[in-house]
Amino acid sequence: MSTQEESLKKFQQRIDADEKIEPRDWMPENYRKTLIRQISQHAHSEVIGMQPEGNWVLRAPSLRAKKILLAKIQDEGGHGLYLYSAAETFGVSRAEMIQQLQEGKAKYSSIFNYPTLTWADMGAIGWLVDGAAIVNQTMLAKCSYGPYARAMLRICKEEGFHQRQGYEIMGKMMNGTPAQREMAQDAMNRFWWPSLMMFGPPDTESAHSAESMNWKIKVESNDKLRQRFIDRTVEQAHHIGLTVPDKDLKFNKETMHWEFGPINWDEFWTVVKGNGPCNHQRMNHHIHYHNEGAWVREAASAYERKISAN
Amino acid sequence: MNTQEALLNFCLRLADNNMIAAQRLAEWCSRGPILEEDLALTNISLDLFGQAENFYEYAATLQNNGKTADDLAFLRSEREYFNNLLVEQPNGDFAFSTMKQFLYAAFAKPLYEALQASKDETLKGITSKAVKEIKYHLRHSSEWLVRFGNGTEESLKRSQTALNELWRYTDDMFLMNDNDKALIEAGISIDLNTVKASFMATVNEIFKAAHLSIPETNNIITGGCNAIHSEHLGVMLCEMQYLQRAHPGAQW
Repeated sequence: MSTQEESLKKFQQRIDADEKIEPRDWMPENYRKTLIRQISQHAHSEVIGMQPEGNWVLRAPSLRAKKILLAKIQDEGGHGLYLYSAAETFGVSRAEMIQQLQEGKAKYSSIFNYPTLTWADMGAIGWLVDGAAIVNQTMLAKCSYGPYARAMLRICKEEGFHQRQGYEIMGKMMNGTPAQREMAQDAMNRFWWPSLMMFGPPDTESAHSAESMNWKIKVESNDKLRQRFIDRTVEQAHHIGLTVPDKDLKFNKETMHWEFGPINWDEFWTVVKGNGPCNHQRMNHHIHYHNEGAWVREAASAYERKISAN
Repeated sequence: MNTQEALLNFCLRLADNNMIAAQRLAEWCSRGPILEEDLALTNISLDLFGQAENFYEYAATLQNNGKTADDLAFLRSEREYFNNLLVEQPNGDFAFSTMKQFLYAAFAKPLYEALQASKDETLKGITSKAVKEIKYHLRHSSEWLVRFGNGTEESLKRSQTALNELWRYTDDMFLMNDNDKALIEAGISIDLNTVKASFMATVNEIFKAAHLSIPETNNIITGGCNAIHSEHLGVMLCEMQYLQRAHPGAQW
């Protein structure tokens, strides 16, 4: 057995024994690559996700709503920071990751390529998008890479608060005026299917799943996580009087799961490939403000150099 | 001038200053030069919204007519807002926003410190919490001005340009009207000229370290405390108050 094969065997044994892999440990190149891709994509999603919510900060309808939304967006930015740090444990810098994002080499969650059109979208994002993220992240908190698993634990706590605030917005609007109820249902109609797509393609078509499952980068499959989210969320929707926009939705008493209609994977791939309603806008915004801030970063570095020279 | 009315007006001025400054800072959300700074600016914004809420709640109590803090923030028009002209000025670049933040914090810090000796217990309570936050805001903006002044030629130029533009609105913060006179007599508020001395000391110290000079100008604009604003405020209120105005009576 070659040294490489031996190392791989030992690595797999550690994974199977549920040991955490730490930055200085030996790891297969593909494990490293997959995690850099996944963690940086996750960090970029948090940062790009600030845009659709930021769209409503200035129009938030009460002092309380403004404070909660702003605090939530800050949390997302903070998650971006720890995730960039978790990815940096592999020796890749934040500047490189941002460059990959801006060159279209790194992706972010497609959900943020949909526009936020009304205040109810702040409810739908908190409740559905963060709700789906929690299901995924609770799984990731058990992943084999130590820094990522630990970042997820902290992030999950805050996402729980985000989901509750989103659901509260939806509940208040469903209890409100006819116009508010209409906005809430409309947001539900627009965000329901894209939220289900957040778990990624079905297990039969998922490109990265087998190896990731083997190395415990993922510990549960896309379809299983999606089903868990649906089972949780349908009841919550009914509780506040929202209709789930799926004519095939029905509860199966034998499996104790909600069965759902076909997901439009063509739409998913269209958005992933860059042709969703806001892909262009989100990336332009990111690049524009990154470039606008270049002189600030240069000034800060020049100042640091002067201070350390003295 | 009835003291109660003067106090209500003064609380609204304090609340409006924080509300409008916070709203401007919130515009930076997702637009900061680095992620850490994006978070810092929205964090300051969040502090100021919190301070605004405290002052509005007290104003609503004083008014005692069933109106809430939200009604005061979202249903008054530009001729009923009493914030200073400085805080409503558009953000400009990062140096411009930093300068605006610095000048406001350099004014608010000594004001809040002085109000801790107020005979009004509520005002004392709100400002003693707020002063801790404002000290951080002042430190944050001061540090950036020093970085700009000692960073690159461009950063110095941008911060001097910001100062040249914004200095004209600083006298407005110290302008007093009959409300102030009534509150000074009652021991509730203080002569803002005493705050000005402290403001000038801070400003001179930081500008020296940041290689900035105060422009000589006769173009001094005032009016905020009498609700005479620049054209920018009305546009801000349109956006900020949109949902409350479009859906009267709705709960959010």
